[in-house]
Amino acid sequence: MGDDLVGAITDMDEERALGIARRMLDGGADPVSVLELCRQAMEKVGRGFESGEFFLPELVMSGEILRQITELAKPMMAESADAPRLARVVIGTVSGDIHDLGKDIVTFMLDVNGFEVHDLGVDVPPERFVRAIVEVEPAVVGLSGLLTLAVESMRQTVEAVAAAGLRDRVKIMVGGSAIDEKIAEHVGADAYGKDAVRAVALAKTWAGVG
Amino acid sequence: MTSMRDESFYSRTGRVNDAIQLKVPDRVPIMMQFNFFTCRHAGISNEKAFYDLEAWLAAYEKTILDFEPDLYFQPQAAIFTGGKVHEALGNRQIKWPGHGVGINDSFQFVEGEYMLAEEYDAFLEDSSDFAVRKYLPRILAALEGLAFIPTLKTMLAGYAGAPALCGMLTLPPLATAFEALSAAAPESMRWTTAYMEFENRMNEAGYPAFAAGIGLAPFDVISDFLRGMRGAMLDMYRCPDKLAACCEKTLPTMLEFAMTTAQLSGNPRVFIPLHRGADGFMSNAQFETFYWPTLKALLLGLIDAGLTPCPFFEGNYDQRLDYLAELPRGKVYALFDRTDLVRAKEVIGDTVCISGGMPLSLLQAGTPAEVEEHTRSVIETVGVDGGFIMCTSTVLDEARPELVRAWMDATLKYGSYR
Repeated sequence: MGDDLVGAITDMDEERALGIARRMLDGGADPVSVLELCRQAMEKVGRGFESGEFFLPELVMSGEILRQITELAKPMMAESADAPRLARVVIGTVSGDIHDLGKDIVTFMLDVNGFEVHDLGVDVPPERFVRAIVEVEPAVVGLSGLLTLAVESMRQTVEAVAAAGLRDRVKIMVGGSAIDEKIAEHVGADAYGKDAVRAVALAKTWAGVG
Repeated sequence: MTSMRDESFYSRTGRVNDAIQLKVPDRVPIMMQFNFFTCRHAGISNEKAFYDLEAWLAAYEKTILDFEPDLYFQPQAAIFTGGKVHEALGNRQIKWPGHGVGINDSFQFVEGEYMLAEEYDAFLEDSSDFAVRKYLPRILAALEGLAFIPTLKTMLAGYAGAPALCGMLTLPPLATAFEALSAAAPESMRWTTAYMEFENRMNEAGYPAFAAGIGLAPFDVISDFLRGMRGAMLDMYRCPDKLAACCEKTLPTMLEFAMTTAQLSGNPRVFIPLHRGADGFMSNAQFETFYWPTLKALLLGLIDAGLTPCPFFEGNYDQRLDYLAELPRGKVYALFDRTDLVRAKEVIGDTVCISGGMPLSLLQAGTPAEVEEHTRSVIETVGVDGGFIMCTSTVLDEARPELVRAWMDATLKYGSYR
């Protein structure tokens, strides 16, 4: 039944996936193993996204199936048994910009690739990034922005991280519609992530797992 | 900078029309998406622009006269109507300078699930009724009372319909909604009228506006304004037929909207900013099913009406160029953001007029020499044999004025076809 669950999720067959998960859980299957199958499925979806087989609708749909299965399984679990994570990433859309799409895709892809992602949300002021770096101690910080005003916010954020004496402790990647190599250099980031796939590759390299 | 004061409205529109019709004009036309760049250029805050119509239009006029583009991006693209109108109606769908975003930020759209998945049937049954009684109360706080209005088709009850029903308007929530509409009305009209007068004044000064009419791809209407991106994408799997039917239902509404807004001004160009059809947002198969059929029908409908659709392909459309090749020759002015324009020139260069080429990042973080070199290279590749209008990848909001000048100068220097 396990293969079926993975297959149903990667087929985006919501009804079938939920039916299988429910039957497994009702039949006494270990909820941790059900969620492990979901993780395998999400990893496949992530790979499909990288190879151009899957697109945004599939990330959204599979994420929604995962959310529902997690809801079924969680109450049956003794305690949360999250798999160990590769490294921590702090991510957010910079000050003044309220767009979350690009950031959410990168978060999804980092998560399915084994990173512990701390998403600070949108319109995140520089001092909030600084605080998160102190609290979370990430290896990587991701700054996202759609609007051209995000460029100045990114510059200020990198500057604030440096002013707090934290610049050497993290690698900073920037991405989004308004961003390219030129801007990454201009704002003092370590690299530009053209898309989510590139962002994951950068994070892996920096975390020493690539 | 070379002065072009001797240029007229006709010489500029002639040049633009040549490019749109894929002929070779005298030189490469240049379109400037000024937007909120005007505020910084004139030294006013974006917030002031939202509340001081005269200061905003003066800033816009100054910028047009200082930079002398062949086409200028119409001011209503940046500020559709004044801040007081949004306040009076309690607009929840945008944040504007000083109201949710910084006083020098651009306005930003607040996406949400404003129509639930289970409301598709109601929308398909009567989209007007849905708009008035369900949608407006959700997106405009001051119009929540419209939820209590009886369905408009009850007005069919002859002489008794409206006379009997109008008493309903005394109900406090409905009365409040109508008061809010009355309060917003004169200010809204003041902005609309001023924009029309502004376009006429600029025409007389020799500067044609890029577009006055506006349209949206039906899928974007559903995804941006009704279901939200997440909702629309789940619907591709959960209720694909209803999603497609909803796009079909929206097509004639959008055609009418675009034609009306264009005809009001007499400017034949219709701006169609596209949002959710880019590479990565969906597969080509999904694009073919949900996005392209009604977008193509919208473009063809506008062409049939004698108008020039100007779709802005935001993001990257490298994987979709073959679809654009289906469009009739010389009728569409296509603006691009991150699409590879050299390849676009090969695939659709003999079908649509290509516009774009200058990444905004270069006008933010480049040097004048880099800007000149890039401009030259774009003109020599994408601009070759006409059918090209120089433009930035997106709005100029945060561009550096001296780099905008360098860009303009380089376009004039390298853009001559004669």
